[in-house]
Amino acid sequence: MTTESGPTPEVVPHSATVLAQDKRITFVPGGSPAVAPVLRPGGWRFLALLARDMRVLRRDLFGFVMRSISQPLMFVFVFAYVMPKTSGSAGSAPAPGGISFATILVPGMVASAVMLQSIMSVSQPLVMELSYTREIEDRVLAPVPLWMLAASKIVAGAIQGFAAGLVVLPCVMLVHAPGQAPHVSLAHWPAGLAVLALAALLMSGLGLLLGTIVEPRKLSLVFTVMIVPITMLGCVYYPWAALGRIQWLQWLVLLNPLVYVSEGLRAVMVPGVPHLPVWAFLSVLTAGTAIACLVSSRTLRRRLTD
Amino acid sequence: MRVTPAAIQVADLHKTYESSGRQVHAVRGITLTVAEGEFFGLLGPNGAGKSTTFGMLTTRVKPSSGRVMVAGADPVREPVKVKRRIGAVSQYNTLDRQLTALENLEFRGRFAGLSAREAKARGRELLDRFGLGDRSDAMVHRLSGGQAQRVMIARALLTRPAILFLDEPTSGLDPQTRVNLWHLLREMHDDGQTIVLTTHYLEEAEALCDRIAVVDHGEVLAVGRLDELKAQVGGETILTVVHEAGTNLSGVLDSVRLMPDITTAVADGATLRVHTPRVETVMPALLRASQNAGLSVLDVSVRRPSLETVFLTLTGREYRE
Repeated sequence: MTTESGPTPEVVPHSATVLAQDKRITFVPGGSPAVAPVLRPGGWRFLALLARDMRVLRRDLFGFVMRSISQPLMFVFVFAYVMPKTSGSAGSAPAPGGISFATILVPGMVASAVMLQSIMSVSQPLVMELSYTREIEDRVLAPVPLWMLAASKIVAGAIQGFAAGLVVLPCVMLVHAPGQAPHVSLAHWPAGLAVLALAALLMSGLGLLLGTIVEPRKLSLVFTVMIVPITMLGCVYYPWAALGRIQWLQWLVLLNPLVYVSEGLRAVMVPGVPHLPVWAFLSVLTAGTAIACLVSSRTLRRRLTD
Repeated sequence: MRVTPAAIQVADLHKTYESSGRQVHAVRGITLTVAEGEFFGLLGPNGAGKSTTFGMLTTRVKPSSGRVMVAGADPVREPVKVKRRIGAVSQYNTLDRQLTALENLEFRGRFAGLSAREAKARGRELLDRFGLGDRSDAMVHRLSGGQAQRVMIARALLTRPAILFLDEPTSGLDPQTRVNLWHLLREMHDDGQTIVLTTHYLEEAEALCDRIAVVDHGEVLAVGRLDELKAQVGGETILTVVHEAGTNLSGVLDSVRLMPDITTAVADGATLRVHTPRVETVMPALLRASQNAGLSVLDVSVRRPSLETVFLTLTGREYRE
C-alpha cells in the first residue's frame, strides 16, 4: 500500500504540451499563465451570481407566475367582480368620492404582490441554503466578496418582485364587474417603474434580513404572523388618507414599509386619490432600501463566518 | 525533504468557539507546512479539530490566533485572493440543487470571472474526465453519492486551483466508489496537483498521502511521511499465532521470550501475540516452537506497522473512527 503514495511521481506533465497532445485534462496547479484565460473583473462576477438566480427562475417560470398572481387575482375576482354583482345596484355605486373600490385596489394589489414575491424569493431559498442543504457554501467558496453575494441576492429578489408587480398589474386591471372598471392611469409609467423598482429592492433587502436572522423552522411562523398584519395595515385596500378618522392608526401604520409602496404606486397610478406626499414616500423608500441592504448584508456575513 | 516553495504555512493556529456558554478549544496550536505538489493528509478521529482547521485554511472559519498563509495569501485578510487560488470540497453535498451538474461547474467558473463559454467548456472536459459525461444535464438530486462527490471535486478544480482541499472526501461512500475516488485523486496528484485532505480513515491516509499530520484533541501529535511515522514509533510488526482452544501456552511462552528479536510476547488464552521488528526469522521460529511443544496451530496473522499502530503508540488510545 505504501509504495503507491511515494512522494514524487515520475510523470509530471507540463501543462501546455500535454493539453496539446492529449485530450486528457491535466491538473496544473495554479494554471499556467500561458493557458490562463483573461479573468473578467468584479462586475462580471456579480452578473454571474445574478445569472444563476435567473437561470433558476427561468426553470420555474410557471410556478413563479402562479405564485405571483393567484392571490391578487382571487382577491379582485371576489371584491371587484363577485361582490359588486351580488350586492346588486348598491354595490355598483362608486365608493365615496366617486372612486370605485377596484381603482383603490389595483395599486394596492400590485404593492402587496411586490412585497410578497420580493421577500419570499430571497428568504425562503436562503433559509434552506443556510441550514439544511448548506448549499450556500457553493457561493461562499466562490472567489467573490460576501457583500457581492448579498447584493446579488437582493437584486435577484428585487427582479422577481418587480416582475411579479408587472405580471399582477394587467390581471387586476382586467378583472372587474361591468361598470366597475378601475380608473388607473399609466401615463406616469416611468415614475411608476421607479417606485416599483425601489419597492422591490426594499422588500428584497428585508427578505434577506429575515432569511438571515430567522431560524429556519420558524420562518413560516414569522411569515404567517407578519405578512397578514403588514398587508391588512399596508394601505392595500384603502388609501392612507382614509385612515384620517382613526388618527392613532394613521400614525401607527407609518411604521409599515408596505404603506409607502401602496401609496407610492397610488400616487403614480391614481393621482386623483389623496395620497402621501411624493417626497415622503420617496425618501422613506430610498432610505429604507439603503438601511435594509446594509444591515442584511451584515447579518448574512455574520451567518457565513464562524 | 524536497526543497519546494510552501503551499501552506500554518504557525501556532488556535480556534476557540463559544458554544452554549462554554469555551470549546477546537484547535490548540497547530503548526505545519505543506509543500507545493504534495499530497498532505490531516488524520484524526472525529472531533479532533480537522474540519475546523480545514475551515480556517479555506477562509470559512476565522482563527482565534496564529498565522496562516495559503497559496501566498492570508485567508483572514485576503479571503477572495485565497479563494481564487484554491478549490475546496467540503464534507457535505453543497452542490447547488437548483442546477444541473454541468451548470454547477459553469457557474463556479463564472463566479471566478471566466466567460460562460470557457466555464462550460472546462466543465464538460472535467465531467468527461471524471466519467460523468452522460450525467452533465442531470439535476443534482438525481446523482448518486459518488457522482455528487465527483462533481464537487470537478467544481473545485474548475478554476485550476493551486491547492485542492478535500474535507473527508469519502465518508459515506461505498467501498468501491471510495477506491475509484482514490484512483482519481492519485491521478490528479501525479499531474502535480497539490492536495490537502482530511480524513478519519487510517487506510485512506495510508493509501494516498505523501505526508500525514496525526491530529487529536486539536493538536498535531506527529507529522511526517508514513515510513517516518512508523520508524518514529518503533515500526514493529505484530505476529499472532492461534492455537486450539484450551491450549496451555505457558511452556511455549517461556521459550519464545528467550528468542532473539522479540520485543514483547504475551499469551491471551490460546493466542500467542508477539511484537517484533524481524518477521522473516521470528515467524518460522514461533511455528517451530509450537510444533516442538506438540501444539496444533489453527491460524497465524501478520499485522505490519500501520497508522493504526502509530496512533496507538502516540496516544495510548485505540483509534476510534
